[in-house]
Amino acid sequence: MTEPVVENLEEVKVERKDVKGGSLASTFKLFKDVLKRDKMAMFGVVVLIFFILVAAFAPLIAPYDPYEMNRTEDGAIARLEPPSAQHWFGTTNLGRDVFSQVVMGSRIALLVGFLAAFLVTFIGTNVGLIAGYYGGAIDNFLMRVVDIMYALPFIPFVIILVALLDPSIWNIILAISLLTWRTVARIIRSQVLSVANRPFIKAAKVAGASDLRIMYKYIAPNIIPIALLEMAFMVSWAILAEASVSFIGFGDPDVISWGQILHTSFLTGAIRTAWWWVIPPGVAIVLVLVAIFFTARAFEEIVNPRLRRR
Amino acid sequence: MIKMVLKRLGQTILSLVVVATIIFFMFRLMPGDPTAAVVDPSISTEAREAMIQRLGLDQPLYQQYFSFLSDAVRGDLGRSFYYRRPVMEVIGDKVINTLMLMLSAMLIAYVIGILVGAYLAWKRGSKKEATLISIALTFRSAPTFWVGMLFIMFFSFRLGWFPHSGMRSSGYEAANTFEVFFSLDFLRHLFLPAVVAGLYFLATPLLMMRNTMLEVLGEDFIEMCHAKGLKEKVILYRHAARNALLPVVTTGALFLGQAIGGQVLIEYVFGWPGLGTEIIQAAQRHDYPLAQASFLLIALMVMIMNFLADLLYSYLDPRITYK
Repeated sequence: MTEPVVENLEEVKVERKDVKGGSLASTFKLFKDVLKRDKMAMFGVVVLIFFILVAAFAPLIAPYDPYEMNRTEDGAIARLEPPSAQHWFGTTNLGRDVFSQVVMGSRIALLVGFLAAFLVTFIGTNVGLIAGYYGGAIDNFLMRVVDIMYALPFIPFVIILVALLDPSIWNIILAISLLTWRTVARIIRSQVLSVANRPFIKAAKVAGASDLRIMYKYIAPNIIPIALLEMAFMVSWAILAEASVSFIGFGDPDVISWGQILHTSFLTGAIRTAWWWVIPPGVAIVLVLVAIFFTARAFEEIVNPRLRRR
Repeated sequence: MIKMVLKRLGQTILSLVVVATIIFFMFRLMPGDPTAAVVDPSISTEAREAMIQRLGLDQPLYQQYFSFLSDAVRGDLGRSFYYRRPVMEVIGDKVINTLMLMLSAMLIAYVIGILVGAYLAWKRGSKKEATLISIALTFRSAPTFWVGMLFIMFFSFRLGWFPHSGMRSSGYEAANTFEVFFSLDFLRHLFLPAVVAGLYFLATPLLMMRNTMLEVLGEDFIEMCHAKGLKEKVILYRHAARNALLPVVTTGALFLGQAIGGQVLIEYVFGWPGLGTEIIQAAQRHDYPLAQASFLLIALMVMIMNFLADLLYSYLDPRITYK
């Protein structure tokens, strides 16, 4: 029983050195190695890059204006047309092109996903750093705040906040950021606690480095891989939250998002007939979420080498 | 043990008060007219003035806050603008509907999860295992409301097997309370939302069960069972599964708490008359007292579940203590 444990420990040490000392370049190399072995991770990265490209060039890819009322050849509005060569994903009840809408929707999904995830990670990492480094009363207070945040149910909270403020993507991002940093803060704090006990931190203290310098110059680099990993999971969480809120009808009325497309199709009763209006946006959401999950899992193997030998 | 229970209870009450405080100030400090959160903005100006005075909205905020808390303790959370009835009357029976749907979903998820999870541990490393786990994870990562829409599309409209919305057929009158929840009509309405929610929950018990089973299967008494010449199925479900069950069941209670918040969307898609649908409709209609009360009730349910989960944990595993 004891032998594998010892072996494992050694492995952890070696990998840690790799990540910390070897900077970003070696992390990137490790990531490439994982991708070569893990087909799922490869799939995730490819799909993710695909969606980022689609979002970047959305106006060029979308064949129609997503709000344009398309007409058939005899001049009638092309209502609820099934998929065809002109309209790959068919049309909506107002003759709008579903394919163009889905393409444009990728922008909002990725914008909300990455921006909210960045904010959440930023807040959570700082709170975790402060709580873990100072400890004592500050730690206690911050962790009680986190406990209370955990008592707030997420989706109802977002609904209420967005309903009280005006529906807009900025308010959705705000609502997500206000609540979800709780998870990141807890994880980062426990990581900081272990890093703060290492000899080099004590050496820095003895050498007279200020608290801020120790926190951000010496501890922060050691927790950034884990913070990035959490951020990846938060991206998918935020994308799902935006889709849910838009689906209920509290989305930004001025932009097209996948949740919003589903909202309209649900309200107009299109699920009775128009499957082409329901399936594409949902598949897009699932693909992005799964891609992020697999990418993050590959990244997790680098950050947490104990997972690697499965 | 009693000391721990009391301490945990105190914590729960404290966080409930804090959540109520957050909600109070969220509704009062919003941009725009703060009285709009309590007095219906659509009624005439004189009536509004009278109402504002009667409800004490001209008083300073901190006095309003304390009267809000003391009213809430007595179960008075104001009147709904839309229904024009006390809020508690409106959402009282919605709580039962929500719990009913959630418990059915949990039952489905746990029965399937435990049985299949045990089987997966047995078939470790096979293609079947990978496929089943991928299916469970797909249902976990797909948006529940979208899965709900697909199910409605297929099972309600294409095949016509189940009703697509609501909790009972229109015009249906239950003879008594028992029949409200145990009639064929109700079960037919319950089926789709419960299955969709259950599929979403499935990954948790499934993976938990698989992992604990893998540990149990490596133990000596399993080898003993093999030596005795027992059938594989008997070893799997009679001897191994029993021992792997405990952690799976205890996480159930904890999971129940999280599930309430997430069920909101499923209720909305299936028109299920529960707290989730109510909070969405209240928010859409700007019926603030109702939205506020629904939120508090959902938060209360989450907290009670977490509290019970903690108690169950420490009862079943005495090594877990609270500082």
